[in-house]
Amino acid sequence: MTDKNRKAEVRRAGPVERIGDRWRALPRWQRALGFAAMIVFLYYLPLLGIPGLTWLRTDSIAGGANWAGVLFTCAVYVMVAIGLNVVIGLAGLLDLGYIGFFAIGAYSVALFGSVNSPVVKYLQRQFDLPETWAVTWAVCAFLALVLTMISGVILGWPTLRLRGDYLAIVTLGFGEIIRIVARNAEGLTNGPQGISAIPGPEGPPSPDNQIFGLVDVKPWYWLAITFVLVMVFAVRRLENSRVGRAWLAIREDEDAAAVMGVYPFKYKLWAFAIGAALGGLSGMLFASRYAFIDPTQFNVNTSILFVAMVVVGGSGNMLGVSLGAVLLAYLPERFREIADYRWLAFGLAMVLVMILRPQGLIPSRRRTRELKDREAQAQEAPAHV
Amino acid sequence: MNFDDLIGHIGQHTVDGLSKGAIYALIALGYTLVYGVLRLINFAHSEVFMVGTFAVLGLWTAFGVENNPPIGEAVLMLVLGLIVAAVASGGTALAIERIAYRPLRRKNAPPLIFLITAIGLSLVLVEIFGLVLPDLLGSVIPSMFGRPRQIVGMPTIIEQQTLFTIGNTSITNVQMIVLAAAVIMMAILDWFINRTRYGRGVRAVAQNPETAALMGVNQERVIMLIFVLGGIMAGAAALLWSMRFGFTQNSIGFVLGLKAFTAAVLGGIGNLRGALLGGLFLGVVEVYGATLFSSQWEDVIAFVVLVVVLMFRPTGLLGESLGRARA
Repeated sequence: MTDKNRKAEVRRAGPVERIGDRWRALPRWQRALGFAAMIVFLYYLPLLGIPGLTWLRTDSIAGGANWAGVLFTCAVYVMVAIGLNVVIGLAGLLDLGYIGFFAIGAYSVALFGSVNSPVVKYLQRQFDLPETWAVTWAVCAFLALVLTMISGVILGWPTLRLRGDYLAIVTLGFGEIIRIVARNAEGLTNGPQGISAIPGPEGPPSPDNQIFGLVDVKPWYWLAITFVLVMVFAVRRLENSRVGRAWLAIREDEDAAAVMGVYPFKYKLWAFAIGAALGGLSGMLFASRYAFIDPTQFNVNTSILFVAMVVVGGSGNMLGVSLGAVLLAYLPERFREIADYRWLAFGLAMVLVMILRPQGLIPSRRRTRELKDREAQAQEAPAHV
Repeated sequence: MNFDDLIGHIGQHTVDGLSKGAIYALIALGYTLVYGVLRLINFAHSEVFMVGTFAVLGLWTAFGVENNPPIGEAVLMLVLGLIVAAVASGGTALAIERIAYRPLRRKNAPPLIFLITAIGLSLVLVEIFGLVLPDLLGSVIPSMFGRPRQIVGMPTIIEQQTLFTIGNTSITNVQMIVLAAAVIMMAILDWFINRTRYGRGVRAVAQNPETAALMGVNQERVIMLIFVLGGIMAGAAALLWSMRFGFTQNSIGFVLGLKAFTAAVLGGIGNLRGALLGGLFLGVVEVYGATLFSSQWEDVIAFVVLVVVLMFRPTGLLGESLGRARA
């Protein structure tokens, strides 16, 4: 590529891409410093009191919500977005039923950890355990991971051989099935009444809890942000590994990848299982924080909201999807007067982003290039579709 | 497991299922037509149907239709309803094509981008009818938009009466009309696609867009035509739904659309006769399943059918093709 061409390329890249390039050009220690400052700022956020920035706080407006609570929601949504990004952004599989995995994660901790759940009651009767017995939180978290991973494999096994758009519809159906089962199977999930007394890291919710109580949400936020950071690190490692490269190859051209010895089905299944496990983890944290869940919390609209977070933010780019998640969780809370209209706004945002900037707000560079290639092809040969 | 009920009243359940499936089949046509030509799942098609039901309700409200009107008025309202619903649904479908899909087609966007756009559009339409219109018109026509996002009742236009009874199977007049109307609409569409000049254009583009373009078929016009045709069928389905079930809601399209899509895949997506067969089959299976287990599992049955079909025969019962002679 000649110098002139490169300059033209830079000019064509939008401001977001240019900031990205500038950042990558910085010396390593400066980037490390930037990351450290960012992390400190994230942990400091619930106490936010910097003059000039306090208007960001959702409790600075009339009828505003608990700021740390909103931050917690944002953090959980970021977890969801990062998990779903593995499926949509990295492996290129459109999963519209991600809420199903979120729900399975939430129900795992509820069913095994709460003394009010039919499962725990059954175990107590079977093994003559005391009435206060339930599985501890840490074990529940592990169970949530394992169960969602298994459910991801169970859903993925028959469906991942399908064409992309069929997969989307089947996963949508899966999300609905999970909700309907949670509602109808009263003997297992308490049905529409939901399950209360879901434990947190300190055990079941009670006024004696020192750190993870129901009133002060700050520790919950700090816990969630820790999860987020660990997840970001893990997914970044995954992205740059053999598996990550296989996903990329499959996403760009499945047949070519298969010819090169990458078995698409195996890696798609991995993406599905890992994405599912991360979704389950977020659901688990969500259920622990609120200590109560019922089936209505896991509806299709939320599932589509998850997809919107990823595609609006920029699928494939973790910073992008996190931004998408934060925006979609935070804006309706901060501007409560429009909160009613948020679904309309999400829908409009999805349509507009797809038509005007299909790569998302903060795009992944490779994704942008893929889309540009297709567009160029279309201009060369105005073919069908 | 309620086998006695199922076996004992098998005829009744079959008739109920068929009249339910007829509506699925009409909606499924919209998916099948668009898929046959563009290889694209028009996810927003369910909302095209929803708009149709609101158009019917709007018409009946405007004329102040009461429950059980005299037969002359009922027939007039049904005919007018068909026209209004077809115009509203066809117009919505066309608008969706022009606003959302055309710019994407120009860019040769990947299929997933189409799908996400369609999901966004369907969310927008649902919210327009669930929230924006109630806000704007809630005080003007409270009977339609009085309570946001709630189920709205419609006047009973034809009272359900048993027409005739065979054994212990009774068939009502409404079921009869639904089935007959669906089959007639299907027959007209089938004739249109297979026997007319425009239909030949549609089949040509479905078979091979480049060659069709070389032969002088206007591709853009064919694409508009299929969206309008699908919309008209959804409008007809909306009228039949309004007549039979007598209610609507802004979110009514979602589950119905999923089932209609299932029906289309079941029969072989892209295949018109397959859509009819798939719709009727799904309706019957659903009613049987609901009898066997319980009606609250009805939706699950449809999804399980979808997954099983996609696993074992992804091309559906009749195979997928709009272009081949069979379609």
